[in-house]
Amino acid sequence: MGIIKAIKLTYDYIKRDEEGNPDGVKRAVDHVDIDIEAGEFVAVLGHNGSGKSTLAKHMNALLLPTEGTIFIGEKDTSDEDNLWDVRKTAGMVFQNPDNQIIGTVVEEDVGFGPENIGVPTEEIWKRVDESLKAVGMTAYRYHSPNKLSGGQKQRVAIAGVMAMRPKCIVLDEPTAMLDPNGRKEVLRTVRELNRKEHITVVLITHYMEEVIEADRVFVMDDGRIVMEGTPQEVFGRTQEMKDYRLDVPQVTELSWELKQDGLPLSDGILTIDQFVDEIMELYNGGNGRGDAGAVEAPGMETAQR
Amino acid sequence: MIRDITIGQYYQTESVLHRLDPRTKLMGTLVFIISMFLADTWIGYALSAVYLAAIIRLSHVPVSFIVRGLKAVMILLLISVGFNLFLTNGEHEIISFWIFHITWEGIRQAFFMAIRLIFLIMGSSLMTLTTTPNQLTDGLETGLGWMKKLHVPVHEISMMMSIALRFIPILVDETDKIMKAQMARGADFESGNLIERAKSLVPILVPLFISSFRRATDLAMAMEARCYHGGENRTRMKPLRYENRDRLAYLVMAFYMAAMIALRSLL
Repeated sequence: MGIIKAIKLTYDYIKRDEEGNPDGVKRAVDHVDIDIEAGEFVAVLGHNGSGKSTLAKHMNALLLPTEGTIFIGEKDTSDEDNLWDVRKTAGMVFQNPDNQIIGTVVEEDVGFGPENIGVPTEEIWKRVDESLKAVGMTAYRYHSPNKLSGGQKQRVAIAGVMAMRPKCIVLDEPTAMLDPNGRKEVLRTVRELNRKEHITVVLITHYMEEVIEADRVFVMDDGRIVMEGTPQEVFGRTQEMKDYRLDVPQVTELSWELKQDGLPLSDGILTIDQFVDEIMELYNGGNGRGDAGAVEAPGMETAQR
Repeated sequence: MIRDITIGQYYQTESVLHRLDPRTKLMGTLVFIISMFLADTWIGYALSAVYLAAIIRLSHVPVSFIVRGLKAVMILLLISVGFNLFLTNGEHEIISFWIFHITWEGIRQAFFMAIRLIFLIMGSSLMTLTTTPNQLTDGLETGLGWMKKLHVPVHEISMMMSIALRFIPILVDETDKIMKAQMARGADFESGNLIERAKSLVPILVPLFISSFRRATDLAMAMEARCYHGGENRTRMKPLRYENRDRLAYLVMAFYMAAMIALRSLL
């Protein structure tokens, strides 16, 4: 069994009318089966209201399943006795950086988690030092969180989770409120944690560019997991992605359009380098055949669009 | 405007007073306040003046900075001086008209009252100037730990205080943003009488409240996700520990208090 395993996980929100009486049920997560191995970098992709955040909250026992089960580190989250173990195994980073920082000084905020789980004082200091170093925020340890940029605040939040020594970090749209630089900063940090510290990462997002480096991508739509695979496999099914109202990275889209117009490119090109390589190969090979002009023309036209 | 008030502010510098345990400083402030109500002679006030001056010297906080804090209570000070000056009855009358009498006793009384208030404000602002809000709540939590036996939720109260302190600047910024957004759509906060102005604050307060509630829900979830479950079995990153300097400070306090009591009962 992987570190996170969900079996037929289902969650219903009870809708209420203005007087607070139950008024229908909205199924946010619908019979989801996932199995995430320790050390993996997994991304969950979906547009607004696809149930991806609800799924994320199950991984931290903030929500408990209506039906089905979810195991975190082989512990069933719906068992009250497992609550703290589950939260120690899977840390969680939220969307709004301001609303998850408790401390008035950076280092105190990082120490908040270990304080809660009863870590002895010297050990807390050790963990705070290590976590701040892991996210590259040591220089800001005495600063007030209010004076940091969005990306820095989010790195502090990640350090706060790291200080609890989790096996897994669940990030619920951590970059949604950040500018492009902040987004890069946070993603770089997350990737490094995954590679160097072998932390399992579950990244919930709706930005395509952020999932390219994931080991595996789940695409959610209307509470169900509708696609699963490596980023290349998932983005290779461009038409399907579009049907789920999701974009694919620009270069993937371009190569897909070119392919529609008859260029023999491979499926799911994710990087510009890869795209350039394939085009160059076609160009060089095509010259020899002599009919390159005929193939190239529609391609160029599409590229200019 | 909110940022101009110096009472309750922290002054960042390096001094013995800054390094003292917050519990010691809380106790010291309490002792000083009590001593000010014990003083009723020139010698008594002189002693507390020397004591206060010595502490200010130790704190490395510029005197001008502390004096600036007095401006906020100037009106209160003038009113109480006025009452004491004009309405004290005594034998040695100097001027008298209608119900107002200025007597030697009145002048003495007013002068002492002014000194007492000024010393009280300087003494207590000295504590906040040398103690970070966080240390202060820590000090209160540990210092009042015995109240847990009386089922007073000491930990919860101090946690609430420190979260409030953390969110004050965020909410100030937010108020600013909402105000600008409403002004951009033609809201007017500056003209009209008091009631009209108060009414115009409604479109600021409603969104501010809603967003604070949302923040509170988010924060509660984030705290839960980080295993927060109240004060039980919680360890501390920065536990409070009395050092030699704290013991010395308590000794100084005890001497000062003894001297003030002696002065009051002997003279």
